Amino acid sequence: MTGDMMYGLVTGILFGFLLQKGRVIRYDKQIGALRLIDMTIVKFMLTAIVVGMIGTYALVDLGLAKLSIKPMIVGAIVIGGLIFGVGWGLFGYCPGTSLGAVGEGRLDGLWEWPACWLARGDLRRDLSPDESDGAHMGKFWQNYIAANLGRKPLVGYPSDRDWEYILISMVGEKRSVAD
Amino acid sequence: METRKDPGAWNPYLAGALTGLVSIGSVWVTGKYFGASTTFVRGAGYVEKIIDPAYLAKLEYMTKNKPIIDWQWMFVVGILIGSFIAASSSGSFRLQAVPDMWRERFGDNAVKRGTVAFVGGTIAMIGARLADGCPSGHGLSGSIQLAVSGFVALACFFIGGIIVTRLLYGGGEQK
Repeated sequence: MTGDMMYGLVTGILFGFLLQKGRVIRYDKQIGALRLIDMTIVKFMLTAIVVGMIGTYALVDLGLAKLSIKPMIVGAIVIGGLIFGVGWGLFGYCPGTSLGAVGEGRLDGLWEWPACWLARGDLRRDLSPDESDGAHMGKFWQNYIAANLGRKPLVGYPSDRDWEYILISMVGEKRSVAD
Repeated sequence: METRKDPGAWNPYLAGALTGLVSIGSVWVTGKYFGASTTFVRGAGYVEKIIDPAYLAKLEYMTKNKPIIDWQWMFVVGILIGSFIAASSSGSFRLQAVPDMWRERFGDNAVKRGTVAFVGGTIAMIGARLADGCPSGHGLSGSIQLAVSGFVALACFFIGGIIVTRLLYGGGEQK
């Protein structure tokens, strides 16, 4: 086990411990918040954010840490976020902390493992019926978007980044997606 | 707001503040911000490696996020262990396949609950893939860094969730 992995384990144990003590990982609390009848997880989360924010920026200012900010891609984040929310409301656990729920005996949290199977691929390719058919939806979008943005069509098969193309084209956000 | 009797529970502000400190420590020591969802997809990659390695090799996402055990993997395992320690030491560990709130509304059928959990889990994971993060990665880590993406994602998570739970549980009635 490398040092990084060791730190990951320790951090995870502390995080899981606090999540359980704060009673924020169980279904009743998560759905309670979404039903707006139990604000426990909101209190927990916003306090963690406020405290973490101060410390993180102090570290950054002292040159002891670097920020790692995910780009704001309006289409991907808004649509993906809403889709996530729909799944969250049905599942009742955050995928990431669903194992924490299992840790306190809530076995239905285990469903995340078979569930993530369907989300493992290059989503758009898997959703496209036939890759050799130039007229299918994926290709259509690809050409449509490439033409609209004045970019060359993508080489190779579309991947996650292409979702961004699609979503960006729908929302109209102008941003280079070339990483 | 009701306060249910739950003697082992910590004040959520306290637990939240300590979580904030843990996240600062993590950033300080290893430079890692919390995030968890990639690991689950990697887990599927592991299984794929056994079943169909040729398909796995074709997946661009899996080439980018190789199914390996890394910091985040151990972090996710740690969450399980930490939660178990906290639950068993305070006597709040309880084996159940159907959550209380679900049971009150939809009954005791574990298959029904499991089906919805599976479908929901799939949708959530696809959403997390599209948005490039989950409530840990975007909600916590993003917001901690004052990232616009984090705040917007967090708001969208809640909007989607509020709509669905309203459809599931109805709205309006106050407890």
